[in-house]
Amino acid sequence: MLRTGRFVTFMALAGLMYLYIPIFIMMVLSFNGSRLVSVWGGFSFKWYGELFSNDQLLNAAWLSIRVAGFSATLAVILGTLAGYVLTRFGPFRGRVLMAGMVTAPLVMPEVITGLSLLLLFVAMEDFIGWPQGRSITTIVISHATFCMAYVAIVVQSRLAQMDGVLEEAAQDLGARPWRAFIDVTLPMLAPALISGWLLAFTLSFDDLVISSFVSGPGSSTLPMVIFSKVRLGVSPDVNALATILIGFVGTCVFVYSWRAGRRMRMREDA
Amino acid sequence: MEHRSAGAGPGGSAAEPFVRIEGITKRFGATVAVNRIDLDIQRSELFCLLGGSGSGKSTLLRMLAGFEQPSEGRILIDGQDMTGVPAYERPVNMMFQSYALFPHMSVSDNVAYGLRRGGVARAEIRKRVADMLDMVKMGDYAQRKPHQLSGGQRQRVALARALVRQPKLLLLDEPLGALDKKLREETQFELMKIQSQLGTTFIVVTHDQDEAMTLASRMGVMQDGRLVQVGGPRDLYEFPVNRFVARFIGAVNLFEAVLIEDEPGHARLRCAETGGVFYVSHGVSGTPGQTMHLALRPEKINLTRDKPDGEENVAPGVIDEIAYLGNLSVYQVRLDTGRLIHVTLPNLDRHEGEAFEIGNRVFCSWGPASAVVLPA
Repeated sequence: MLRTGRFVTFMALAGLMYLYIPIFIMMVLSFNGSRLVSVWGGFSFKWYGELFSNDQLLNAAWLSIRVAGFSATLAVILGTLAGYVLTRFGPFRGRVLMAGMVTAPLVMPEVITGLSLLLLFVAMEDFIGWPQGRSITTIVISHATFCMAYVAIVVQSRLAQMDGVLEEAAQDLGARPWRAFIDVTLPMLAPALISGWLLAFTLSFDDLVISSFVSGPGSSTLPMVIFSKVRLGVSPDVNALATILIGFVGTCVFVYSWRAGRRMRMREDA
Repeated sequence: MEHRSAGAGPGGSAAEPFVRIEGITKRFGATVAVNRIDLDIQRSELFCLLGGSGSGKSTLLRMLAGFEQPSEGRILIDGQDMTGVPAYERPVNMMFQSYALFPHMSVSDNVAYGLRRGGVARAEIRKRVADMLDMVKMGDYAQRKPHQLSGGQRQRVALARALVRQPKLLLLDEPLGALDKKLREETQFELMKIQSQLGTTFIVVTHDQDEAMTLASRMGVMQDGRLVQVGGPRDLYEFPVNRFVARFIGAVNLFEAVLIEDEPGHARLRCAETGGVFYVSHGVSGTPGQTMHLALRPEKINLTRDKPDGEENVAPGVIDEIAYLGNLSVYQVRLDTGRLIHVTLPNLDRHEGEAFEIGNRVFCSWGPASAVVLPA
């Protein structure tokens, strides 16, 4: 057993502080009464009030949530199909190429992904007239494209752990392959799908680079708005928005791990 | 689709085999997993496919289930050609080696799954699932999840799930492989009871020869993708066709010998390994001077302190090692030629008394019908 000496404790605390102090400072400053970000002017909910009357920020946040939701769902559907084909269809022709191409967006620089997607959309508009201009549609398509790679990896590793014999058993009992997938594979895949969806949601929600390329007028996502505001000087209502988001995410994580822990204990008791 | 075993299907006469395997070959790339197998299995038979790993027995089973398509040949079940029929439409169910129970479903949902897919009415599903769980003595566990069951209980659920659709043919892949020895022996007899009760045709794949001998009415031994021998347990044990079968089923002493006399009623072979002559009470249809193999089971050899009458079918030696197994003892005897052979004798007397000890000088002898002459 490793003795937790003072040094180890200190290093752990220092590491955690390094990670969380900036966030903590930002949260404290969101309650700052002063207009100057770096000067404490007393406790106040002023910036929260300001935030809820700032249509630009609220619209951007709502847009980002919708984009993240749509693209995460799309990415989960496509990524699951890709992951399933790669793990369950045996060594078909072009399998290695497909595996490489599915995961390539992971390592592709975002600038390149963004630029190439922009060129694609422009060319498509010229040839088939769709998508018309840059809008939420183009952002969703672009985000789904790179998020799908992450989902495919999560699904693939889960499927690799899962025994293919369960699907065979379902087919043996009279289920057509598609039915076996729905009845057996999908329920067992559910944890991977949920974590894949959350991962995709997060990635889409905070993407700045790709969105900047493929968004059009009137479809600025939250990171884009924050980024452009910060260039003109930090405004404290951004702090308030960030604090609300952190509170929301923190609550979700807490509830999820509490429920997961309880499920684990129930399983042990059984 | 729902399959019932009741009622003879097309061509279901008594003489017609229930399962007919015709010239089945399966290639995976360059390797031949199953090589031109022909096999007929009768209705209500409990047939065991026995073989080591890589012998092709599991591939053959998977072709019967419909998970693999044969490269050549065809399979008929109850007169119906199964070529191109997918697994989910075959009147066949399988009990998987790992049981493959659905972990997110309760025991009763697992058993009911096949009936739900078959479109059976809800009330009937409930009844048939309950009956089946009662038959495998799992009625009290219907609401449990698979991870809450022991290995033996899972095995019963898997059996119930495979039988509830009343398949014409049940395939069992190493059904008892994951159980411990005592449970395995109990389950063997239960499996036989259920099989004769339902009259379903069973094909069991196993690598365990004891299991095959206990369960099977007939069995087939597979080696390198070929079916080497088919017969009852006694046929395979007493009349193996080659050294592989002799070695695979039970313990055996194998010798190489040269044919020196071959008549319709008897034959003599000279064996350098025992330093004597084997006399067998039948002709072997070979040519004198030909090298042949002899298989001699350990329990067919007798040990005596005094030299028995006659010069043939005897070999002197010294007891090298003794393993006491309770009901019998295995003696390892080093013959004067240096060759070690195994002899088993029943422990008739409870006292050590006259028993042989290590270092005793003994004569091994056997009858003219004890050794099997093998051409290969």
